[in-house]
Amino acid sequence: MIPIYYFLILSAVLFVMGTVGFLIKKDLITQFMCVEVMLNAANVAFIAFARSASSLNGQIIVFFIITVAAAEAAVGLAIILLVYRQKKSIKTEDSSLMKG
Amino acid sequence: MIDIFWLIPLVPALSTLILAVFGEKLPKKYISFQACGAVFISFLISLYSFLGLLKVSPEEYPIVKNLFTWIHSGNFQANLSFQFDPLTAVMALVVTAVGFLIHVYSIGYMAEDRSYSRFFTLMNLFTFSMLVLVMASNLVLMFVGWEGVGFCSYMLIGFWFEKHSAANAGKKAFIVNRIGDAGFLIGMLFILVYVGSTEFSNINNAVAGGSLSHGLVTLIAILLFVGATGKSAQIPLYVWLPDAMEGPTPVSALIHAATMVTAGVYMVARMNIFYTTSETAGSVVAIIGAVTAVYAGTMALTQNDIKRVLAYSTISQIGYMFIGCGVGAYAAGIFHLYTHAFFKSLLFLAAGSVMHALSGELDMRKMGGLKKYLPYTYPTFLIGAIAIAGVPFLSGFFSKDAILTSAFAQGQYFVWILGILGAVLTAFYMFRLIFLTFHGKERIEPEVKKHIHESPPVMTVPLAVLAFFSVIAGYIGLPVVLGKNVNWFDRFLAPIMHKGHEAHLTIGTEWLLILISVIVALTGIFIAYFFYLKKPSVPHTLVRRFPFLYRLLYNKYYIDEAYDYLFVRPTLKGSEFVYDKFDINIIDGAVNGAASGTGFFGKVLSFLQTGFIKDYALVFLLGAVILLGLLIF
Amino acid sequence: MNIPLLSIVTFLPAAGALLFIFINRKQENLIRYTALFISIINFILSLFLYFNFNGQTAEPQFVEKARWIGYGIHYHIGIDGISLFLVLLTTFLMPIVILSSWNSVKDKVKEYHIFMLLLGTGIIGVFVSLNLFLFYVFWEAMLIPMYFLIGIWGGKRKIYATLKFVIFTMFGSLLMLVAIFVLYSIFYKTAGTYSLNIFDYYQLVLNPNIQIWLFLAFGLAFAIKVPMFPFHTWLPDAHVEAPTAGSVILAGVLLKMGAYGFLRFALPLFPDAAKKFIPYLAVLSLIGIIYGALMALIQKDMKSLVAYSSVSHMGLIMLAVFALNMESLEGAVYQMLNHGLSTGALFLCVGILYERAHTRLIKDYGGVSRQMPVFAALFLICMLSSVGLPGLNGFVGEILCLFGIFQSSKLLAILGVSTIILAAAYLLWMYQRVMQGPLENKKILNFKDLSLREIGFLVPIVLLMFFMGIFPKPFLRKMDASIEHLLKQVHRAETYVVDKEAYIKPSLKISEIDINQNTKENRTETEDNE
Repeated sequence: MIPIYYFLILSAVLFVMGTVGFLIKKDLITQFMCVEVMLNAANVAFIAFARSASSLNGQIIVFFIITVAAAEAAVGLAIILLVYRQKKSIKTEDSSLMKG
Repeated sequence: MIDIFWLIPLVPALSTLILAVFGEKLPKKYISFQACGAVFISFLISLYSFLGLLKVSPEEYPIVKNLFTWIHSGNFQANLSFQFDPLTAVMALVVTAVGFLIHVYSIGYMAEDRSYSRFFTLMNLFTFSMLVLVMASNLVLMFVGWEGVGFCSYMLIGFWFEKHSAANAGKKAFIVNRIGDAGFLIGMLFILVYVGSTEFSNINNAVAGGSLSHGLVTLIAILLFVGATGKSAQIPLYVWLPDAMEGPTPVSALIHAATMVTAGVYMVARMNIFYTTSETAGSVVAIIGAVTAVYAGTMALTQNDIKRVLAYSTISQIGYMFIGCGVGAYAAGIFHLYTHAFFKSLLFLAAGSVMHALSGELDMRKMGGLKKYLPYTYPTFLIGAIAIAGVPFLSGFFSKDAILTSAFAQGQYFVWILGILGAVLTAFYMFRLIFLTFHGKERIEPEVKKHIHESPPVMTVPLAVLAFFSVIAGYIGLPVVLGKNVNWFDRFLAPIMHKGHEAHLTIGTEWLLILISVIVALTGIFIAYFFYLKKPSVPHTLVRRFPFLYRLLYNKYYIDEAYDYLFVRPTLKGSEFVYDKFDINIIDGAVNGAASGTGFFGKVLSFLQTGFIKDYALVFLLGAVILLGLLIF
Repeated sequence: MNIPLLSIVTFLPAAGALLFIFINRKQENLIRYTALFISIINFILSLFLYFNFNGQTAEPQFVEKARWIGYGIHYHIGIDGISLFLVLLTTFLMPIVILSSWNSVKDKVKEYHIFMLLLGTGIIGVFVSLNLFLFYVFWEAMLIPMYFLIGIWGGKRKIYATLKFVIFTMFGSLLMLVAIFVLYSIFYKTAGTYSLNIFDYYQLVLNPNIQIWLFLAFGLAFAIKVPMFPFHTWLPDAHVEAPTAGSVILAGVLLKMGAYGFLRFALPLFPDAAKKFIPYLAVLSLIGIIYGALMALIQKDMKSLVAYSSVSHMGLIMLAVFALNMESLEGAVYQMLNHGLSTGALFLCVGILYERAHTRLIKDYGGVSRQMPVFAALFLICMLSSVGLPGLNGFVGEILCLFGIFQSSKLLAILGVSTIILAAAYLLWMYQRVMQGPLENKKILNFKDLSLREIGFLVPIVLLMFFMGIFPKPFLRKMDASIEHLLKQVHRAETYVVDKEAYIKPSLKISEIDINQNTKENRTETEDNE
């Protein structure tokens, strides 16, 4: 049986990749993908824990996350599309309305 | 047969309702028919009930008809109930009889007015309110009538509301009246709390039974009298009545001479137990009345506006009524109210007839020599003037004499002297009015002269009827010197008036007093004759000799101006100041300051917001790392 | 009776608003007629409430209960003699305001009517809630449609006004929310069960010290809503900027929520604190009476004049509330209805003028009577009702209030009487400047007298004014028992013995809570605890 920390390392690596990607990339689509990667990192960890604790709860939560991610993807992409229509750009620097 | 008396106020009420809703669409003929008819029916019922009342023994007074419980909450109860007793009977008869004649007169006077139906609606409404006032069996319902007549007065003074002066006068009347009403209301609250009921019979029993302390009785009596000074135009709240002459003349005759302004006298007579129990309050009433009688008389001396002279004369005559009530001769006060209603409304209506003839001219300086143009108006006016001046054998003589004799008998010599002084003034200014208007040189403007005409019969007939009553009305209250039982009026009202300490004069003194009254009246008339017919230059010389006094009188002692400077302006200016400085700057300033303070801190903190998602994400990350760190270590 | 009448009355407007989803926004008249129809039906239904209401008992009637969230948070509604009339007033005014905005609202008609109907539900909900949580939900929910009504269909400074209105109200109500939590926890500690039922709370005997804080929190929320001096400055702004219908609802019903709050919550829940603060509050009310009147005297804008007159009138109502006796409370409730009618009607009249001249400044008018005689008459009656002329409704309320106040404090009553002088002064002066005098503004020559629709919404109010002035009995008798009961609640204060050790007097047992036949509710509570 594969030890659980293998999965956790995989999950951590994925998560850091997502985080770093989100922080350094400039266009919204890429950042959005990075968020998905982070979510999936969490999924991997959940599955792993579920397996080792032989409980179904973790797997159920994964289903939730996938569903939410799907919804989020739909909404997020729609927002990005609208941002593009407005600004003709999806660079984050160009959308800084929240600047105080 | 008396038990239909409660219909008296309801007939005009019904008529008002019909006119108010359909008035604009009805033909003028029908409107006048209905409006006058309603008052006439009321008059007939009053007469019928009055005859019924004569058969009822005095122990059964007052006859009360309770229609329904109006307001009831906890200890507060006010019924919609009417009562009928001698005082009510007199008032109801005066209101409906004089009211009817004035309604008829108005048909002619208002014929050309475009708000014909509005006029009659309000006149009917007024009659209704006035009847409620005099027939109410409790204070709260009386207050309804009290305020109702005030409202009608407001509407009718401002009847020609396009004129600023008319609208102003109406508003002034209402507000000044309300000041008095506030006093009345407070008095009523005291009665409500300390007596626990506002039914007149209960109040009488409570006061007579001594369940109220003497101080309280005085306080209540004076508070109620404050209301009376407002409604009956006494010092210090008389200022609205002269201005009220902006209204149509029938209104001045009905409301501001015969009925509404005497409501205060009625109220004092109705609550007579208070003024009998508390001599202080009685003296206050008598002195205010006497001072007003003279004071208003002096102001009437120099006025050139025919209606204003009559207005001041009304104030002065009501002063006499209050003298009567104040010295405990309530019947005499009411007697004067009753005779005054006839001759004063006669004078007003005749003045209206003069105005009608002269295309609305009011200034006596532009009249003179009208005697020959107005063959009906002149004699009736003259009768009215003689009656009010106190010449023997006409109604005014009997009533005024009754009041002054009582004042003398009660030892109120100061009041009596003022009363005599007022009588000279009355005779003088009334005949000044007569001479300036009807005698002497014609000073009529040529344009006006072309249209000069006597009024139609619909106006002159009521004048004649009123003149008739002005002559004979006094004979139901002959002075005691002519025999013990000749004063029927006194005996009729006696069961409901509470006697203070009785004072009797010797027959000789009584005759002497009568003689003084007569001399006084004749002197006044003679001076007027001398000044305005014999030697018209004298008044001018006097004016030149005493310019200050003349200006003071002509400008009515500058009381209007004084009130304006003392009360109206400071209130407005003060409010404006408070509004600007306190409401806007301090209260609202604090509110807006709190808001902008919050906004300022928000601004300061918002520098942290760069608007870049990445920065936020970095902060998240840092936060998460720190939290994790805290959890682990 | 198994028909949940009260729930229907409460939620019918909101349900109607839902219906609008299926109506095309272009069919504006259909929308208007639907809204009018719904509100009229709702009024008719609420009349059944009146006729089936038993005035002999203080128990809440038409009670409906349902489990909602649990932990004491339930759907629990009912009315007593006080809230009955406030509900009726709301349902009576709803069709009137919808009619009044028939022509004046041309923009976003659909949204307007949706908000209007939602507002109706929100307000009625406040008056019928017997559960504090539910009450709070309605109290806040009603702000949202009002916020939009002022903010979208308002005048020039609408955003400022609507924000001021909402933030002012929120400021108070958040403190109230905290106080509700505190009460909730105290009740749990005392009785061992969860409850937000107002009748359970009436049974609580609270330490006077804690009462003070709770009373202040509740009182502030209600005082802002009334509004009592010095929390009144949102009112003129909100009134001036709000559309006519908004002003009518605001003055007619919303302000009553504050006074109602005092009657239902602040006074009976915290009688000891109330006793302590009433002298101060009464003085504030008196200041409000005179201050509002003086401010009204000098306003140049008709709407803000009427708004300040509201401050003055509400001052009298609050003074009567604090006098705490039978007559003053009946007078206060009656005067709330009167004020709703007369001030609402005055706003309608101002709105009618505004529709014609598009200005609210008094100086732009003059001599309107000649052009609009019917309007002049109706306006006059509404004004006189506000002035308190006997024969109209205002007098009945005023004299009861003054009598009640007089019994408690002569000085306050005597000073309060000044209202009858000042009210006459500012209203008559406005009437004179607007309706009388020579016709100077040429625009006025084009004024048309009232249309049938305008007569249609003014005449019912005027008729009701006369009816309430002449026959107050049907109203007063229905509230007798409730007010007597309320007084008992407030005057129970003397029974408390100060006990510094005990946080709350632990005398309360669950069995004692039962007086309001809510055994069922208590069973639910116990289930919650398990």
